Amino acid sequence: MAQVFSLPRLSAADFGDALINPDLGTPEGAVGPDGFPDVQRFNVYRNNVIVSLCEALGETYPSVKALLGEEYFAALARAFIAEHRPSNPVLIWYGEEFASFLAAFPPLKAYPYLEDVARLEWAWLQSYHAKDCEVFDPAALASIPPADLGGVRFRRHPATAIVASEWPIWDLVRVNRFKDGEQSQIDLSVAQPVLIVRPEFDVDVRILEPSHAAFGVAIFSGASLGEAAETALEVDSGFTLADCLSNFLSNGALAGLQIKEPA
Amino acid sequence: MRSDKQPVSAFCTPAAVPRRPGAGLKAEHVADILQSRPDIGFFEVHAENYMGAGGRPHQQLTAIRDVYPLSLHGVGLSIGGESPLDKDHLGRLAELNKRYEPGLFSEHLAWSTHETTYYNDLLPVPYDQATLTRVCDHIDEVQHVMGRQMLLENPSTYIAYAQSTISELDFLKEITRRTGCGLLLDVNNVYVSCTNQEQSPAAYLAEFPMQCVGELHLGGHAPDIDEAGRPLLIDAHDRAVDDAVWALYKNVIEMHGALPTLIEWDNDVPAWPILLREADAAQEILICAQDADLKAVS
Repeated sequence: MAQVFSLPRLSAADFGDALINPDLGTPEGAVGPDGFPDVQRFNVYRNNVIVSLCEALGETYPSVKALLGEEYFAALARAFIAEHRPSNPVLIWYGEEFASFLAAFPPLKAYPYLEDVARLEWAWLQSYHAKDCEVFDPAALASIPPADLGGVRFRRHPATAIVASEWPIWDLVRVNRFKDGEQSQIDLSVAQPVLIVRPEFDVDVRILEPSHAAFGVAIFSGASLGEAAETALEVDSGFTLADCLSNFLSNGALAGLQIKEPA
Repeated sequence: MRSDKQPVSAFCTPAAVPRRPGAGLKAEHVADILQSRPDIGFFEVHAENYMGAGGRPHQQLTAIRDVYPLSLHGVGLSIGGESPLDKDHLGRLAELNKRYEPGLFSEHLAWSTHETTYYNDLLPVPYDQATLTRVCDHIDEVQHVMGRQMLLENPSTYIAYAQSTISELDFLKEITRRTGCGLLLDVNNVYVSCTNQEQSPAAYLAEFPMQCVGELHLGGHAPDIDEAGRPLLIDAHDRAVDDAVWALYKNVIEMHGALPTLIEWDNDVPAWPILLREADAAQEILICAQDADLKAVS
C-alpha cells in the first residue's frame, strides 16, 4: 500500500494517558476497520480499566462501599484512581492509601469514622493473605522463671494486626460487610479498637479494651512485656497483665518469643 | 547423586494437562469441587490471584492441585509493553510455577503496564517490527527465568493500530519461530477480534499455526455496537459460550484433534454446576471428534 502521508504512531504513553483522561479524546492511531478512530471502541478499554479498578477497590473495601452506596463509591473510587494509579499487577496490594484519601476528602468530613473502617478492611485483607505461620504455644511460657517474664519480647504473628480507633469500627464492618446486625443499632459514641488475627485460614476480629490495644501496639513495636504493661497501666489503672496476655495468646496473635534483652 | 534426580512432586496428581476440558478456578466453587470431585480435565488459575504470601487462597489451590492438573495463566506481565518486564513480577510467576508444578503456563500478547502505571486490562499492541523484536525478547526472558516453554494467547481487540505493518497471524507465527514458545488459541478472542476487525473468523482459524497450539480457551462475549453502528463484541467472560464460538471450536477439534480446552467465566460467575455443564458441552465435542477419528482408522 503506497503511503502518501505518515501514519500516526501511537505510543503506550499516549494510549495510557488517553485511557485515564477521556478529555484527551480518542488517539488518532487507534482505529476501527475503516482506518478511522472510533470513540466507542476506545471506550471499551477505558471502561475496562476504570470499572475493573473500581471493582478491585470495592472488593477490598465492601463496608465503605455499603456505607456510601454503589453510586457514591464508584465516583469516589474514580477520584482515588485518578490520584493513585496502581503500579503493581497484584491488586491485593492496591488501595492502601484509600483510608487517608477518605480522611482528606472534604465532602466526607461529616463521616470521620470512614477512615478507620477502611483501615480495618485493609488490615483484614493483609491478614487474609499473610504468610502462614504456627501460633505461639503458651506452654512454652511455663519454662520461663517468673523473674524473667518482664523482659520477654513477643514476635507478632504475620497475620496479626491492631487497628486503633475512637469509632465502633467492628460494628460498622460487621453490619455493612458481613450483614450481621442492624445499622440503626450502631452507637457511634463507642470506641472499638480491634485485634485482627488469623491463626489458620479464617480471619477473626476481636474488640479490644483500650488498655489491651495499647499493650498490643507496644509489644508489636518491640517493647518487652514489662514495658508494655506499664504503657497499658497508663491507659487504665485496672489493667492486669495476666488477663491481657491470655487474651492475646488464646486468640493466636503471637508467633514466638525471645527471652534475652536484645543487644 | 541426589542433585541429578528430578525433584519429587509434592502432589498426588501428575502435572500434565490432558486433552480434555477444564474450568477457570473460582474461590467460591472450591468447596463444592473438593466435595463432589467432578470428572474434569484440569483447572486454570489467574496467577496474580495467588501472589499473596499465604492463607486461604494457597490452601485451596494446594488442595485442588493435589486432585487435578493445573494450568497457570498470567494476566499482568505486560509482555507486549514498551517498558522492560517487571523482574519482581516474573520472579513471583517463577515461584508459583515451582510451587504448584502446573502442566501449562500461559500469558497474553498484550500490554498492561507502562512506566509506573498498571492499567489492569489486556491492551492491544501494534503489529510492527519494533514490537515484534521487543515481544520476542520478553518471551525469551520469561522462558529463561521460568525454565519452561510458555504459551502466548492471541488477543481480543477493539481497535487496530494504524501503524501496524504485519498481520496478527504473521506476527504470532514469527514469534513462535523466533522464541519457540507455544500458542494458546482463544477461540472466543478470534471471534471477537475478527468481528471487530471485519475479518472472517473461519479464514483466520484456517491460517492459524495449529502445530504450535498447546491449549484452547472458550468464553462468553457481550454484543455492542461502535460509534458507526458496526458490531462491536466485548470479551466480557460474563456468560455462556456463544453458539458461533462453539461452531468454530467444533471445527478446530474436527480438523486438528483434541486439545486441553478451558472454559473461562470470570464475571457474573454462575454456580459451579452451570460452569461444569459448559465443560461437559466441550467434552461432548471432543468425544464426537475422537469417535469420528476411530471410525476413520478402522
